[in-house]
Amino acid sequence: MNVLVCIKRIPMVGGKIVLTPDAQQVDTRMLGFTLSPHEECAVEEAVRIVELRGGAVSVLTLGPPDAAEQLRDAAALGAQRLILLETDGREWGPIATADAIVEAVRRDEQAGHGYDIILFGNEAADTGDYQVGIRVAHALSRPCVTGVKHLEIADTALRAGREFRGGDEFFELSLPAVVAVKEGINLPRYPSLPGRMRAKKAVIEQSAPEWHEDPVRKQALRVPVTERQKAEILGTGIEAVPALVGLLEQLGIVA
Amino acid sequence: MTVICLVEHDGNDTIDASLRALSFGRALAESSRDPLAAVLVGEVADRTFETLASFGVSEAFAVESGEFGSYAPVGWARALVELARSAPTTAVIAAGTDRGNEVMAHVGAMTGLAMVANCLSASRSEEAAIRLSRQRWGGSLIEDAVVEVSPALLTVAFDGVAPEPAPAPASIEVHVHLPSLSGSDTEVKVSEWTQRSTGISLAEARVVIGGGRGVGSPEAFGSIEELAGLLGAAVGVSRAVTSAGWRSHNQQVGQTGTRIAPELYLACGISGATQHLAGCQSAKHVVAINTDPEAPIISRADYAVIGDLNLIVPALVKAIRERGSPAAEL
Repeated sequence: MNVLVCIKRIPMVGGKIVLTPDAQQVDTRMLGFTLSPHEECAVEEAVRIVELRGGAVSVLTLGPPDAAEQLRDAAALGAQRLILLETDGREWGPIATADAIVEAVRRDEQAGHGYDIILFGNEAADTGDYQVGIRVAHALSRPCVTGVKHLEIADTALRAGREFRGGDEFFELSLPAVVAVKEGINLPRYPSLPGRMRAKKAVIEQSAPEWHEDPVRKQALRVPVTERQKAEILGTGIEAVPALVGLLEQLGIVA
Repeated sequence: MTVICLVEHDGNDTIDASLRALSFGRALAESSRDPLAAVLVGEVADRTFETLASFGVSEAFAVESGEFGSYAPVGWARALVELARSAPTTAVIAAGTDRGNEVMAHVGAMTGLAMVANCLSASRSEEAAIRLSRQRWGGSLIEDAVVEVSPALLTVAFDGVAPEPAPAPASIEVHVHLPSLSGSDTEVKVSEWTQRSTGISLAEARVVIGGGRGVGSPEAFGSIEELAGLLGAAVGVSRAVTSAGWRSHNQQVGQTGTRIAPELYLACGISGATQHLAGCQSAKHVVAINTDPEAPIISRADYAVIGDLNLIVPALVKAIRERGSPAAEL
């Protein structure tokens, strides 16, 4: 069973996001990079599927040359093939991103490497567009389900579950299929030392798809204004407990 | 031109996230002098139409649910595409729920139109373009943008838009819409639904007691559990806690976990990463217990106690027990 996972390189923002002076981007000069949390789980899920059913995990990212780092992170978790769709620093919207992925999948299919399952994270942590997987599914005429936190794979079908209004709802899809997963579907493993060694030497297949402009034009980013300023300090240590109880009383939490 | 809003309902009434989407839609419709229309799938209760009218909806399309015995994302999207094509449409809107985002992304894929998720506001005045703001980074940033294609496909951030009824209710006209579906439109559908019994739901809890890395170990959650039990609260945790495998992911508060909106969020031993703050920005009051007075959570809380939660929380439990006054009446 061949599984493709699509991932995105994003900055590791800590407690506060700083913007560039032109307010067009997150200032990443002081930041490391990672993959979106949902996608880390997608890689783990793909590795588990292949461990159970055989086959290979391919990981694809569309991003700058530095995104090779995230492909190698995925390889350290157990992915075998690494695919970089290289960009030149311009931002790619969800329509162009989906087009580039579809083109890459078709190319692989023609080369005899079709995919039974294509996994996405439910939404990227930075842009949160919620749509690339669905656009890819339509272009490839494959069934698709999103928000998935439970996945069972059979020979020709899959069963996917997700949360809905205090319960869980389930879908059955025939393969090949596209699935967008959420964090919580599994607990990703830590990369093993041999995994990391393999990842260092792994070959990255590269190509450069054609950029096209997104119909949604960004004007500027801004940090939302919050009414909260620095907290009023009620006290230090257990001496603050009476003040804390007083506050709970004032808020109507304790009678 | 019309503004069309997909409204989710539970068979009884409209869900809260859709009321917020309708409020967003009405503001857009007023700016472009369009009427506001609603689309609902499945058996609709009369009271739902009254609610829609009170939110300014002048036209409702009830999509006949013969083939929609259960939720089918592509089928829902097909019905929306048909309705958007039957009359000039400024925008198609849905709540930014799992279903709303999913259906609108299908509409985008079927039509080739752009879809903009988790919008906070949108308007169209003289010009053809719609100006909008939307959440980025789960709401930690806002982007101002312009979309020139029509209709615009928008979902609404339900933790960023308030549900506001219209100043005066609209008179509402209800139409039945029979979608023409192909077999593949209902191929993916809900085949089974199971109820979970987890006690107080984190998303709806009035009080949430949060535990972070500062709790120290899975066992040390005992006093947080005890406090939550005493206050009728739900327990929430940070991503550091679920990533370490200390607690189940369905207790995670944050951008990739549950978004909470309680009266009080008591965050214990949580530093306040962006990912976490995105999930608790709708909490009315935030109180932090943390050893580090410089932790980001302190600058986002209303009140703070500086110190070790593993001493303070048990002392708080003891103090509340000694008062002999458990949780106030809800």
